[in-house]
Amino acid sequence: MRTIELTLNGQRTRVAVEPHETLLWVLRHRLAATEVKSGCERGDCGACAVILDGKAVNSCLALAVQAEAKSVVTVRGLGSPEAPHPLQAAFIELGAAQCGICIPGMLVTLYAFLRDTPRAGRAEIREAIGGNLCRCTGYQKIVDAAESAARRLLAQGTDGARRT
Amino acid sequence: MDLPSPRGFRVVGARAPRADARDKVFGLLRYADDLALGGMLHAKVVRATRPSARIRKIDAARAGALPGVRCVLTARDVPHNVLFSDVPGQTTQVGPLRARTQVLADDVVRYLGEAVALVAAETEEAAEEATRLVAVEYEDLPGVFEPEAAMRPEAPQLEPTGNVISRWKVRQGDVEAGFREADVVVAHTYRTGLIDHAFIEPEAGVGWLDENGVVTLRVATQVIEHFRDVANVLGLPHSRVRIIAPYIGGGFGGKEDVTVEVFLGLLVWKTRRPVRLCYSREESILSPTKRHPFIMKYRHGARRDGTLVALEVELISDAGAYAYLSPLTLLYAMVHAAGPYRIPHVRIDGVSVLTNNPPTSAFRGFGSAQPAFAYESQMDELARALGLDPLELRERNYLRKGERLASGQALETAVLLPETARRAWAALGPPGPPSGLGKRVGRGLASALTSYGRIVWLHDWSSAWVELQMDGTVLIRTGVPDIGGGQAAALVQIAAELLGVAQEDIAIHIGDSALTPLAGTTTATRQLYMSGSAVHKAAAELRATLVLQAAELFQVSPEAIELADGTARVRDNPGRASSFKELAAACARSHRPRSAFAVYQAPAGQVMDFETGQGKVFPDFTFGTQAAEVEVDEDTGEVQVRRVAACYDVGRAINRNSVEGQIEGGVAMGLGYALLEEDQVAGGVTLTPNLMTYLIPTALDVPDVTAIVLESGEGMGPWGARGIGEPAIVPTAPAIANAVRDAVGVRVTRLPITPERLWRARQESGAR
Repeated sequence: MRTIELTLNGQRTRVAVEPHETLLWVLRHRLAATEVKSGCERGDCGACAVILDGKAVNSCLALAVQAEAKSVVTVRGLGSPEAPHPLQAAFIELGAAQCGICIPGMLVTLYAFLRDTPRAGRAEIREAIGGNLCRCTGYQKIVDAAESAARRLLAQGTDGARRT
Repeated sequence: MDLPSPRGFRVVGARAPRADARDKVFGLLRYADDLALGGMLHAKVVRATRPSARIRKIDAARAGALPGVRCVLTARDVPHNVLFSDVPGQTTQVGPLRARTQVLADDVVRYLGEAVALVAAETEEAAEEATRLVAVEYEDLPGVFEPEAAMRPEAPQLEPTGNVISRWKVRQGDVEAGFREADVVVAHTYRTGLIDHAFIEPEAGVGWLDENGVVTLRVATQVIEHFRDVANVLGLPHSRVRIIAPYIGGGFGGKEDVTVEVFLGLLVWKTRRPVRLCYSREESILSPTKRHPFIMKYRHGARRDGTLVALEVELISDAGAYAYLSPLTLLYAMVHAAGPYRIPHVRIDGVSVLTNNPPTSAFRGFGSAQPAFAYESQMDELARALGLDPLELRERNYLRKGERLASGQALETAVLLPETARRAWAALGPPGPPSGLGKRVGRGLASALTSYGRIVWLHDWSSAWVELQMDGTVLIRTGVPDIGGGQAAALVQIAAELLGVAQEDIAIHIGDSALTPLAGTTTATRQLYMSGSAVHKAAAELRATLVLQAAELFQVSPEAIELADGTARVRDNPGRASSFKELAAACARSHRPRSAFAVYQAPAGQVMDFETGQGKVFPDFTFGTQAAEVEVDEDTGEVQVRRVAACYDVGRAINRNSVEGQIEGGVAMGLGYALLEEDQVAGGVTLTPNLMTYLIPTALDVPDVTAIVLESGEGMGPWGARGIGEPAIVPTAPAIANAVRDAVGVRVTRLPITPERLWRARQESGAR
């Protein structure tokens, strides 16, 4: 075991990890960050995506030790019921979450994408979530919600996140 | 007192944001695998590594001795090592509908991935390591991997009674005479693939022994009634097992049969410790159950003017290694096999056959998706043979309200098929040009009927409890598992409409076999119909009590009272109003119950005649049409779906977002069925055990879908609602197949239409 320090949703956190443990496993099982979902453990589905030092990554493909001294943002770091991120508000409003298991990964992926590509159109949004599988929605309301949030973020001139 | 009606709806029909969506987007919802308990063990399943073998010996000593391992179980440790695939609450015993499996294999294994042993350990790694140390000695047995081969007498027999587990028939008119009347006959054989549900949440759960010694299992399931199965296996009274279904990360029929429930129950019972079991993706794909591959031999006869006169069908379904719900799926297929068309002379034969392939059972569009691919491909081929427009041919033959299916069931509610077809087709808009050289654009459409609600002779029921709480808010309790379709939120909307309370002021407890009244399974597209009706009934009863109480309070007649905005008030006299909180106290003072419990019983019917296949089988059907535009790359055979329009009569849309969401999601899943998805199995070995080889549609594969919602108000559910969950997937694959045919002039009769299959079909037809 080795203790690493990282910032999880803005909070400095120390956690003991095995060198072979993935970031996904440590987030879910050692840090109780169960909002990060596990769908395939081999990078095929995107359910486990988090923001690692500003970039969206599949946490099943990163080792926990790689997060040492870095910042990790999960869907809980984007916003809360009291202060929702525009993406979260749009997902609720437009019915973009059905079973919802893919949504935490979808949201962080879209957050990082819109931060870098604020004027993205539908086709680019679809490409951005090409690695995030959803089995329920057919993606349409997800794309609708992302478009609507993008417009709002652009008007606000921020990335909208609470703690990044 | 009048109940709310469509004209005055406040909440029903709205695009109401769902409370569960709120928890989901903030990452606050705890799914089945998101619970950790103190002292929790991690479980793993040891699975058969060959498709057909005798187990000579299992040596678990090394596994049991591994540090951290607390328990290794094999078949001999299971008190009652048998599971029956009953329809929960089934009242009518129909022999072939009762299928059995083992919890853990004790003598032979019949498919690769069959559960052989269970392990529980202090860490997941130790459990994983222990599964590798369970030494299973196998003696390979001959296997059979094609249903047609499995029907031959010389084939290895999986059951003493033979491989054929069910045969059903439908007979109407005189099919030979019918074909003599036909000017044109079209005959083709169609095949569909073995499909994985591929929900993003794998099968998972956590179990513990509660303070009263009740085996409590919080699992991803569509069926909390599996508490009975767990109790039967453990030899406990039913009341000693409790199943809780948290919000589920996708079901689609794959969490309908027992998955982790019994394994968890056994391990909790043996270890007296909390236990967690979550399947890996590979395990999810290897473990039961899947969608049946069908072989479908269709022969249609029509007159020159397009009138259908005869239909002959042979259906063969590959049940895989155990029956599960295969006989029932086949029965559904029989009733749906002729499609939504008037055909006087019909003969349908269906057979379901055991093989050493992965077991197949429930999947969205249960027995109705496969035949739709065949009958709608046939309709287009007939139109071509007759020189008729495909839409015109269909319109000439669509069943109308009052007419009967080939299986004799009369259609008693609105049948808006012509409207759905015209509107879906029109919504495609003007055809777009090809995107480049070597590309061809084509269009197709497909109509379908899909049943919702359980078979009428299984006596389906649901129940719900609705209560006005002392703080003036409302609470609903009902045992519905919510699998993502908005099942719970729709019930809240129904109660909100009836009680005049904001949705935010209604809480709902769902899916707990100990604490919520049983509502039956979230399968068969039945929850809005059944539990919607139960909640409607309970809320209407509570409403009547509250109105009486308010009338008494204000000394007016009940007709003068209205419930709105969380108050009871005298109509046209806003000064005389009582908040629900005050009303709750008044009820308590007057000894009036503040709650209502209601059971909704679906209208029951007689068992069908199995010799002729005649009789009423389903409560009702949902009708719809989808139209697709595709672009085919001539060189590679790749198909891109450019747009889809889908039009359904949903009877009444309770939540418009949820209805559209079901349609859009159904189209996406249907697109995967049409073009991408197939569990490839060779000699019983699954070659596609992950989401890199088993391809489900991505955001780049699915186009925007135009969902058109019609509301006849004639369904069986609250305010005439019909179910839409399963119907939404059924016409997609044939609509796409017909569009491909239109684009390149070649009929691919096998799903999925992969680039390779399309390319080969074009080569064989000599197309250029």
